[in-house]
Amino acid sequence: MSTAIELRGVEKTFGITSVIRNVNLSVAQGERHALIGPNGAGKSTLFNLISGYMKPSVGSILLRDEVISGLPPFQINRRGLSRSFQVTNVFAKMTVWENLRCAVLWATGHRYAFWKNVDNLPEVRDRTAQILQDINLVSRRDVPAGLLTYAEQRALEIGITIAGGADVILLDEPTAGMSHAETERAVALIRRLTEGRTLLIVEHDMSVVFGLADRISVLVYGQIIASGTPEEIRGNPKVKEAYLGEEVA
Amino acid sequence: MLELIVISTLNGILFGMLLFLMASGLTVIFSMLGVLNFAHASFYMLGAFFGFQISRWFGFWPALIIAPLLAGGLGALVERFGLRQVHKNGHVAELLFTFGLAFAIEEIVQIIWGKSPVDFRVPPLLDFPAFTIFSTNYPAFKMFMLLVSVIIFIGLLLVLKRTRIGLIVQAALTHPHMVGHLGHNVGRIFMLVFGVGTALAAVAGVIAGPALVTQSNMAGLLGPILFVVVVVGGLGSLPGAFIASLLIGLIQTFAVSMDGSLAGAFGPLSPDYAATWLSDIWNVTIAQIAPIMPYLLLVLILIFRPMGLLGTRDT
Amino acid sequence: MSDATATIAPPRPAASDRLKFYGIWIATALVLLVLPKLFSSGGSLTTFSLIGISIIFSLSYNILLGQTGMLSFGHAVYYGLGGFLAIHAINIIAKNKFAIPLPLVPLVGGAAGLLFAMLLGWVSTRRSGTAFAMISLGVAELVASSALILRTFFGGEAGVSANRTKVLRLFDWSFGPQIQIYYLVAAWTLIAVIAMYALTRTPLGRMCNAVRDNPERVQFVGYDPHIIRYIAFCFSGLFAGIAGALAAINFEIANSAYLGAVQSGTVLFATYIGGVGFFIGPIVGAIFVTLLSLGLSDLTQVWQLYFGLIFIAVVMFAPGGITGLLMMHRPLLKGGTLSRVLPSYLLAFIPTLAMVTGLMLAIETIVHYTVNPNEDSHIKAFGVPFDAANPAIWAVAGVLLIGGFIIARKTWARVAASWDDALTAAREKGVAA
Repeated sequence: MSTAIELRGVEKTFGITSVIRNVNLSVAQGERHALIGPNGAGKSTLFNLISGYMKPSVGSILLRDEVISGLPPFQINRRGLSRSFQVTNVFAKMTVWENLRCAVLWATGHRYAFWKNVDNLPEVRDRTAQILQDINLVSRRDVPAGLLTYAEQRALEIGITIAGGADVILLDEPTAGMSHAETERAVALIRRLTEGRTLLIVEHDMSVVFGLADRISVLVYGQIIASGTPEEIRGNPKVKEAYLGEEVA
Repeated sequence: MLELIVISTLNGILFGMLLFLMASGLTVIFSMLGVLNFAHASFYMLGAFFGFQISRWFGFWPALIIAPLLAGGLGALVERFGLRQVHKNGHVAELLFTFGLAFAIEEIVQIIWGKSPVDFRVPPLLDFPAFTIFSTNYPAFKMFMLLVSVIIFIGLLLVLKRTRIGLIVQAALTHPHMVGHLGHNVGRIFMLVFGVGTALAAVAGVIAGPALVTQSNMAGLLGPILFVVVVVGGLGSLPGAFIASLLIGLIQTFAVSMDGSLAGAFGPLSPDYAATWLSDIWNVTIAQIAPIMPYLLLVLILIFRPMGLLGTRDT
Repeated sequence: MSDATATIAPPRPAASDRLKFYGIWIATALVLLVLPKLFSSGGSLTTFSLIGISIIFSLSYNILLGQTGMLSFGHAVYYGLGGFLAIHAINIIAKNKFAIPLPLVPLVGGAAGLLFAMLLGWVSTRRSGTAFAMISLGVAELVASSALILRTFFGGEAGVSANRTKVLRLFDWSFGPQIQIYYLVAAWTLIAVIAMYALTRTPLGRMCNAVRDNPERVQFVGYDPHIIRYIAFCFSGLFAGIAGALAAINFEIANSAYLGAVQSGTVLFATYIGGVGFFIGPIVGAIFVTLLSLGLSDLTQVWQLYFGLIFIAVVMFAPGGITGLLMMHRPLLKGGTLSRVLPSYLLAFIPTLAMVTGLMLAIETIVHYTVNPNEDSHIKAFGVPFDAANPAIWAVAGVLLIGGFIIARKTWARVAASWDDALTAAREKGVAA
């Protein structure tokens, strides 16, 4: 199995504080990999490093054996890695339809085109419609994203993330703040949408993590202290001590 | 030559300190309220005109105190009843509000004091040469301007380092997103910061008025340079604003005193080109392009350091 | 296109909608055609020409502000350079007897605007938000000051003039009479408006909106926001250049005022007052501001102050501009509850008018004392004569201003309340806000 994402000796320091320390991580193609750890462990920072939002201070990050660390986010995205945000990050004044369409345009090759009518692009319409249906927001198609409910915005957030067709997906706490029922729906959605793709997910809800992930890595104080299958992680004494405690019992 | 260098350095530092008097207020307001006060130079102009009017009635020394207080009070009112109202419509609306304000203030000043320069004189007490370098008399008033700006500079440092408000301002400079968590008196602090910031600009106006020209276009002339200072220094960086103020002060003062041109350096242009635009470039002196120096610096900085000298923030 | 798409995607416009859409453009063209027949005086033709130029310029500005979220304080640079290049082009064409008719000269202006936008835009658009605004101001000062140094090209204080009738004639049109200039401007306005409207409906146009809403997220769907801002900036420069060229043709002169801060400020005022949120906003703003500046300058000496005050009032109370205010009423109109707010408007209008009258009275009286202290105190402002020396004037102004303010505050609170009622009622009838 080839690797989708690989982190080699990645470190990130802000001033004198080091947030990520010597992280080595490898996510195989087609794997669902969860990243867990207590608050402030550096999970979001790690996402920011992988997606190009920040540059690592030391070390390198590879996407399918190509170095991507140091590239701007849009170039990493064009190479087939897409991420969502912990705090909903959509185009608030545009409608749901337009939000998704923006995420489809680059991948369908229309780029900065100023000579085509955006409403007349069949493949863009098809793909946008497909994603809209996938995230169950057909009835909210023409509503500005800023007026959606929280759960709907989270669904849209995932929709934008996968719309470009990237095969490596990073989801940052997709179910944060959701009710139990909403979480269940979201998990089913994620499972369906990431079928056949590589998924790296940060999640606090342990039932989501253990239900979804093929492998789990535990990040504590900027270091990965354990990595393995859900069973291995559940049985790992170091993990129990540092983080999981009674939550998984 | 040495004479030129000494005098220009003195003048450059003086101009730089004046710029910093304004840029510091602008930077602190920007860091705390998130809005770049387009009308900042207008408060400098108000300071000059208030200073002129009060000097006429009560003399220069009361004007030095009252004019900045008046302008600062106006500034606080603008924050309380204008900016705060506009705040909910976003930063673009806030910037546009101050832009409209700058426009209106210029019109009002024109209506009250007219378009031509007013006769704002150096107070007699300071109307003598402070010292003579080589053959040039250096006016005492300019030394006084330098003194005032240095005193305020030190005062600002003390306030920033030693007082509670100063600590809040410092926190805002480094962590602008935390400003919202200041608590229930955040409105009062904003009003105070805006008032003090505009009062500082007005101080610059009162002391610059007699030395430079007090005229209704002075805000329009200085404003853009002021914004160059804060962008070159890095938006929201106080040390950056200080360096950029001195840099631009010195560059402009030195440029004004030089009359070299390409023609001077390489000889006159062949007569074939005499009537073309090339001859304009060939014959223009450094002194003539002094006004565009800050903007050239801006473009250069943007090419090589888009965030400004010490800037870390995007907007 | 798959069958699923047909049911999920927004429906394609029906034939009747399309007919309506093209009908609007054709109707506009017809109106432009017959307008000079209805108002045939030289003055109104000049006014129409100025409005047309202002429409192109404001719409080009809104590509930046409304579409892409970039606030520029130096848009006149591209307008002005377009104007200068057009004047030089006319002179060169006339001198060398090139076979280029006058109606094509705006293309030269557009090319100039585009070229300089490509040149200066790369640096300017690296930053967004407040930094972009300040950079646009700096670049504008740089160009305006340089224009005074490069006297041969920019003609110094006097500017450069040209004779537009000296170029190749087309269908025996000399372009001397204003009516011919009017048709030239009208044709270009229609072309430019259609082109800029089309631009909003392209992939680029939509990504401009995305950059305006959330430049950060744009990077994570594969786009470089800098490139998007840059291309938008170039288009904006192109159309500003066309507008500048038309202005130069209209006045037969280009001078440094074309690229100055006042011109940049005017286009910002017009666009914002019209409303940046809708395509039609800048058109409304261009018409309003052009008429206002022509009208006010006849009525009062200090019209620029009123202009500034109107702008401040719009920023404070109607950030959506005139169009935004009108469009707010659409759900009420659809829900049939508009009649519920109208009485409160009427009620609020009276004290507001009193307040504004008081303010104007005070301003005009002060102007009498400061600007023309030696003239007769029986002055006329806005066509109304009064005696500025009469102390009662101060009392009247004060009462109107303060009394109007106090009552207006209360009535506007009522407007807000009845507005909420009407909107709620409209929503209950199933009208989406």
